[in-house]
Amino acid sequence: MRDDDLGLARLRVRAAWLFLAPTLAVLAVVAGWPLLRTIWFSFTDAELIDLENYRFIGFANYLEYYEGEWLGLLADPAWWRAVWRTVWFALVSVSIEAVLGMVVALALNARFPLRGLVRAAILIPWAIPTIVSARMWAWMLNDQFGVINHALLGLGILSEPVAWMADPDLAMWAVVIVDVWKTTPFVALLILAALQMLPADCYEAARVDGIHPVRVFFRVTLPLIRPALIVALIFRALDSLRVFDLIYVLTANAAGTQSMSVYARQQLVDFQDVGYGSAASTLLFLVIALLTLSVVLLGRLRLGGESTR
Amino acid sequence: MNGRALLARGGFALLLLAIGAFALFPFYHAVVTSFRSGTELFSPALWPETLDLSNYVQVFTQLNFGRTILNSVLVAAAVVGLSLLLAVTASYALGRVRFRGRGALMLTILGVSMFPQVAVLSGMFELIRALGLYDTLPGLMLANLVLTLPFTVWVLTTFMRELPKELEEAAYADGASPLTVIRRVFLPLLWPAMAPTALLAFIVSWNEFLFAFTFTLSAETRTVPVAIALLSGGSRQELPWGLVMAASVIVTIPVVLLVLAFQRKIVSGLTAGAVKG
Repeated sequence: MRDDDLGLARLRVRAAWLFLAPTLAVLAVVAGWPLLRTIWFSFTDAELIDLENYRFIGFANYLEYYEGEWLGLLADPAWWRAVWRTVWFALVSVSIEAVLGMVVALALNARFPLRGLVRAAILIPWAIPTIVSARMWAWMLNDQFGVINHALLGLGILSEPVAWMADPDLAMWAVVIVDVWKTTPFVALLILAALQMLPADCYEAARVDGIHPVRVFFRVTLPLIRPALIVALIFRALDSLRVFDLIYVLTANAAGTQSMSVYARQQLVDFQDVGYGSAASTLLFLVIALLTLSVVLLGRLRLGGESTR
Repeated sequence: MNGRALLARGGFALLLLAIGAFALFPFYHAVVTSFRSGTELFSPALWPETLDLSNYVQVFTQLNFGRTILNSVLVAAAVVGLSLLLAVTASYALGRVRFRGRGALMLTILGVSMFPQVAVLSGMFELIRALGLYDTLPGLMLANLVLTLPFTVWVLTTFMRELPKELEEAAYADGASPLTVIRRVFLPLLWPAMAPTALLAFIVSWNEFLFAFTFTLSAETRTVPVAIALLSGGSRQELPWGLVMAASVIVTIPVVLLVLAFQRKIVSGLTAGAVKG
């Protein structure tokens, strides 16, 4: 009997690897190999027009001292502006999404008529393609005919129309608004799922003791849903560090609003400089990989005691 | 009911109204705009005064949008089908069998879903050109697998893990092979999880922009997001906004309907993918 069990276990492990092989092969082809090639290209002077003839040039795309001047990505102020802009965007938009997502989740956690309808309604911004959202908001923010300027003028908040996309700082705030509009539903629904798993009895106890709801929120609710909140915000932060579509279409690829991804694509495709663009892509990949890795390691240390899975 | 309770109720209703308005107004405004054209667009409107369908007609006749939509549907369908096919067996292995290196594999697959798209852009460009797939739909199908496969495997694996152990033990005791167990025992149970997973993967592919924008060139291979991003008028200053909005509404309505139909399941799919990870 024992031998049979062992044989079965071995058979299943062998079958498992067989079942995994196609997926792993596809992932190696579409993810592993292109990533390695991108990293390799970042050490070359390859051009998009002819990817077969290139030279290995070491770290010159990253940093190079040439005739008394520092050259390369790490000495390029435009790259660093793109980096700080992306980090600013990630911090600001994710913070706003956390607060608004919490408000929406708490509201939807209450019982009221038509709750299903409201929950469905907030999913709509999330489902709309990013390109379409960018276009819809670009039209609403249009300086001459946009409904937002029109409303703000009508309410007397503005005295003259604002050209939202002309000023890079304003344009970045517009990007934040659209991102918040699009992704708050995701954050809210994840928080809502966590809220609905909370035990009802501690709220009952708090109510009987007459503790103020705000106090209950900070003392009971927030600590209990913190794991889910952190996971949602990490996903969002990693997402916003990669931001491309929204900025590219909303601000029409303007130099003053480039994110890291937009900068890398411009070097790669528009300027055909595969070496330099790949260097930028590689740095972005490293930033995100380090962040993911630290999150996973921290998560493991923290969750290690609670779960064996 | 006393005054304070009434005030609280009113405040709550206002909050819900604000949430609803913020979520829905941009799309509503796009619908209203899509029925207007010419100088009508110069004065903002809150209600549609006329139901002028000329923008919609123009989207299909002048822009050949039917072809564009077909392209997007073909790419998304192939990507979803391939991802599910691969993920069913992979998720059985990752979710039901204990073996060394399983945790590391799961982390690797999760890691791939965190890849920034530009990080594989130049390598993928080279690969697609070497395979002769540049400016073709199969090229896009291949590229989009990076985005859908890891997450499909992940969601199905979390679902697979929850199923009771007795299920397969009985089948193995009867001498069934692992492949039979997957087909006969797990596949029927997986359907409820496959529908939302497929839908989420479909949306990811339907909305994908960077790959489609980089790996295609001609109008015949354009997908929906690329076509909308490239829509422009005579000059950059005067976009044909009515036309843009009509195209936007057309491509959004199917997704919105699907999302509304599968609302509950999508939420559980999203939470399985994110929270349990």
